[in-house]
Amino acid sequence: MTSWGYSISRPRSIDIDRNDMSYSKELLREYPELQTCIACGNCTAACTAANFTSFSLRKVHTLVRRGEYQGMAEELEKCMLCGKCRLACPRGINTRQIVLTIKKHLANRSR
Amino acid sequence: MKISWKEYQKDIADDHYYYARSCIRQNFFPGSEAAFLHILGNDLGRDILDDARHTSCTGIGYHSDIVPLDTIMTVVARQFALMTEAGYENFVSSCITSFGIYSEALEMWHEFPEQEEKAHEYLYKATGREFKKPKNLAHTSDIIFHHRHQIAAQAKHKLINVQTGEPLKVVDHIGCHYAKIFPKVGVGGSEFPYVLSGMVEAWGGECIDYPERRHCCGFGFRNYLVQANRGCPVANSKKKLESMAPYKPDFIVANCPGCTMFLDRWQYAISEMEGTLYGQDGHGIPVLTYEEMAGLVLGYDPWDLGMQLHQVAVEPLLDKMGIEYDPGAKYLGKNGKFIGKPEDSLIGCYTK
Ligand code: SF4
Ligand code: SF4
Ligand code: SF4
Repeated sequence: MTSWGYSISRPRSIDIDRNDMSYSKELLREYPELQTCIACGNCTAACTAANFTSFSLRKVHTLVRRGEYQGMAEELEKCMLCGKCRLACPRGINTRQIVLTIKKHLANRSR
Repeated sequence: MKISWKEYQKDIADDHYYYARSCIRQNFFPGSEAAFLHILGNDLGRDILDDARHTSCTGIGYHSDIVPLDTIMTVVARQFALMTEAGYENFVSSCITSFGIYSEALEMWHEFPEQEEKAHEYLYKATGREFKKPKNLAHTSDIIFHHRHQIAAQAKHKLINVQTGEPLKVVDHIGCHYAKIFPKVGVGGSEFPYVLSGMVEAWGGECIDYPERRHCCGFGFRNYLVQANRGCPVANSKKKLESMAPYKPDFIVANCPGCTMFLDRWQYAISEMEGTLYGQDGHGIPVLTYEEMAGLVLGYDPWDLGMQLHQVAVEPLLDKMGIEYDPGAKYLGKNGKFIGKPEDSLIGCYTK
């Protein structure tokens, strides 16, 4: 077996055609208001957890909506459910509830 | 905004060329440069000077931050001085990297004339030479493109599948340094790559406009110099190969030494690492230089063109084009001596 000294890097692009969008669609059915998100990142800026870790709520809900679920449940473990993000969101999205919903569904998925 | 096709054209000199070879092509595809000189000199009757005195453009060192700007500028000045001394004004570069370097030097000297002064001074102090800037700077593929209709008129084979009568499906890859640095120096700019597809069309083939057509092959320079980093370059070629495979291309024609090498050799690496083959019937997709493509059209022997040095076997393409070749002569060098045969691999050597 040849030793190459490297392996083929996985692409970091998101291919929506190949991703399983079923949960993403379910989430938007349950919380249509998430569609009004403008990805401003205020939720992340206001977040206490994000202040101390690399956690970004904007990144998590954006990735989940694009069908990228890997590692997201673990990421959301960093959220303390304080609700500050909800106060900061200019679109009035119930971000705290969204955290809870994503957590619940992703936990079901992995079971 | 009004787009005019005139902005995507390029002036290409018709005759009297000073030829600057490529350092890496002579190793990767050694038959191509000889074929270029032969096609220009013998088939097209053009005057071209192959000068043994010029050196590498040092572009790889420059792009890897080893060769400083002042040094490469002086090297470029020396190549131009050799052209000036030989009485030529049309500079033809056989490598996309060098072409990018020469274009960059000319553009820089235009924007910052004090840099050009420096280049004159450095060169004079180092060698006592003086230079004039070329009247016309072209890449070798520009020259073949310029003569594509003359070549078509002399064609022995067309880019047509002789079994089905259908045009061959061709993927073209023009390479980043051809027109992405300075779009105005490339035929069709960077958006409408036409230098290779123009040849393909003129010789009876059909170009495939696949999604990742303009994507980089991943060659870069610093990207692959360190072995541990090569996962990124190979991933780029893989992205292109995956994107073109559904269109079932008969072959790829590439503009740049690095791209031709990568698109060819990575097919072997990917086949060994992951077992994937992107061509039809258990083969890879052959990758040709534009000189090899022109050479086949003009009826050159594929082994004289150096096509036995490809990683992906070219025989399925030769069969489609109805080109006769001697399988036994594949691994015989110019002097008839056995040059060695690659180890068997998934992508394999083609045996009938
Ligand atoms: S609820 Fe969670 S995501 Fe929102 S601010 Fe608090 S810790 Fe951050
Ligand atoms: S604050 Fe609201 S609108 Fe801004 S990114 Fe977060 S959820 Fe989206
Ligand atoms: S995709 Fe690449 S080339 Fe296009 S705008 Fe983005 S960075 Fe620039």
